[in-house]
Amino acid sequence: MRRLLVLGAGTAGTMVVNKLRPLLSADEWEITIVDSSEEHHYQPGYLFVPFGTYRPDEIVKPRGRLITRGVRQVTGVIDEVAPDEHLVRLEDGTELPYDQLVIATGTHPVPEETPGLAEPESKERGVHSFYTLEDAVALRDAMEAFDGGRLVVNLVELPIKCPVAPLEFAFLAEAWLRERGLRDDTEVTYVTPLDGAFTKPLAARELGGMFEERGIELEADFMLERVDLDDKQLVSFDEREVPFDLLVTVPINMGAAYVARSGLGDELNHVKVDQHTFLADGYDDIFALGDAANLPTSKAGSVAHFAVDVFVENLLRHIDGRPMNHRFDGHANCFIESGDGKAMLLDFNYDTEPLLGAFPLPSVGPLKLLAESEANHWGKLAFRWIYWHVLLPGRPLPLSASMSMLGKQRPASGDGADAGASGTDHDLQEVSL
Amino acid sequence: MPVATMQGREIHVDEEGFLTDPSEWDEELAKQLATNIGIELTDRHYEVLRFARDDAAEQGETPTLRRMQAVGGFPTKELFQLFPKKPAKKLSYVAGLQKPVGCV
Repeated sequence: MRRLLVLGAGTAGTMVVNKLRPLLSADEWEITIVDSSEEHHYQPGYLFVPFGTYRPDEIVKPRGRLITRGVRQVTGVIDEVAPDEHLVRLEDGTELPYDQLVIATGTHPVPEETPGLAEPESKERGVHSFYTLEDAVALRDAMEAFDGGRLVVNLVELPIKCPVAPLEFAFLAEAWLRERGLRDDTEVTYVTPLDGAFTKPLAARELGGMFEERGIELEADFMLERVDLDDKQLVSFDEREVPFDLLVTVPINMGAAYVARSGLGDELNHVKVDQHTFLADGYDDIFALGDAANLPTSKAGSVAHFAVDVFVENLLRHIDGRPMNHRFDGHANCFIESGDGKAMLLDFNYDTEPLLGAFPLPSVGPLKLLAESEANHWGKLAFRWIYWHVLLPGRPLPLSASMSMLGKQRPASGDGADAGASGTDHDLQEVSL
Repeated sequence: MPVATMQGREIHVDEEGFLTDPSEWDEELAKQLATNIGIELTDRHYEVLRFARDDAAEQGETPTLRRMQAVGGFPTKELFQLFPKKPAKKLSYVAGLQKPVGCV
């Protein structure tokens, strides 16, 4: 009997076992999945909890029922991977041997990395987040009590999972404040370590006006060093200060600590992998999927979904000793809520930035890319049902694992994307950074 | 895509002046890129640039300031002194790398 061991029963781990169980003979392969929690959270739903759009019970299900029969489920905390012994140790001493290992334990906010974010008094001093269910619920209560002042939305450093979530939060909060009649009494500021809210050339051109239209202030190139809880302000490494009454921050995200202990991680405990096959550097029996991997693309459920499609094909070859001939292109696809019942849609990969155009979707119709529409918003809300009933069970979605150019407008020369050399002279003396 | 002529050769850059082909970069060019944004390069600057370039070649993306500190050993405070106000953006510009970006 050979053993496939999957660490983490989140989006990637659940999809992997559900897709592979019917494809691997039960006589030949035992499949085991390990998680420390018996709950599965629909993480994209966290964004909506502070606004009361989703109740916590609408985005949590028991893990057991989401995993197909014939997969052994283990509840426990992982202590370490021992690659030389081909086994994983749990904190309770259990040893789980493997022939092939998949690490899918994701990435998680670590507020302790930034002084001020995780002190006992942080929340009562107005420091909040929405990247765990517990935090999202606490923020909902803080917003319920908010009666105007300075609302600051911040991300500490990339990479974070769902990298558009802080932008979405800013847009949703701005609309929410208007609905509550608090907008005139509230200053909304977006504080980012990047050089703008939108950093890709086309997105910056197409969407750059969204902040001004909504009256959201931008503090760019802001590297947060600490949060001063006495004076309630953000302080950057170059001593800039941004005061707040309510801070909604996204702390640094890191992979699980056991990844580092096992010698498999980068400086943020994300597993170092080949970006096309997900094989961990230096091993031929360890893979990392989803947010746990250090891929140079977004950490998002859609990436996990497309990556799993590629991985399943490859693993079936790999265990037969054949070369893995499917290559992941970094495909990501996500909705961005923009407030007032509208959303935008992005579709991109390692090499192609988000482009304008239409995204073809069988039976639903084309959705607008890189532009706001109500249909995109309904698509985002409908996705929760699709997640539970189609995505996690491993049923096919009409979305290709590789990004398609169908419907996308190729940028004209000079649009800043990969448009080919046009020979325009550029005076570098005029550069101002 | 714009082309700039520097030191007698054509350099491909984007709208903001960042190099689009890291292989067109060398340490002499770095000197001019630095001058363009008012920085005079010291040996320490070159240590930073070499690490950033090696790391980007290996990882497929420009290192973050956190990574520069954690892996390269360059304290964030020092990077703010070497590349004032916008170290992430300025050091990637001088290193001939893509500036740090989000997904949109």
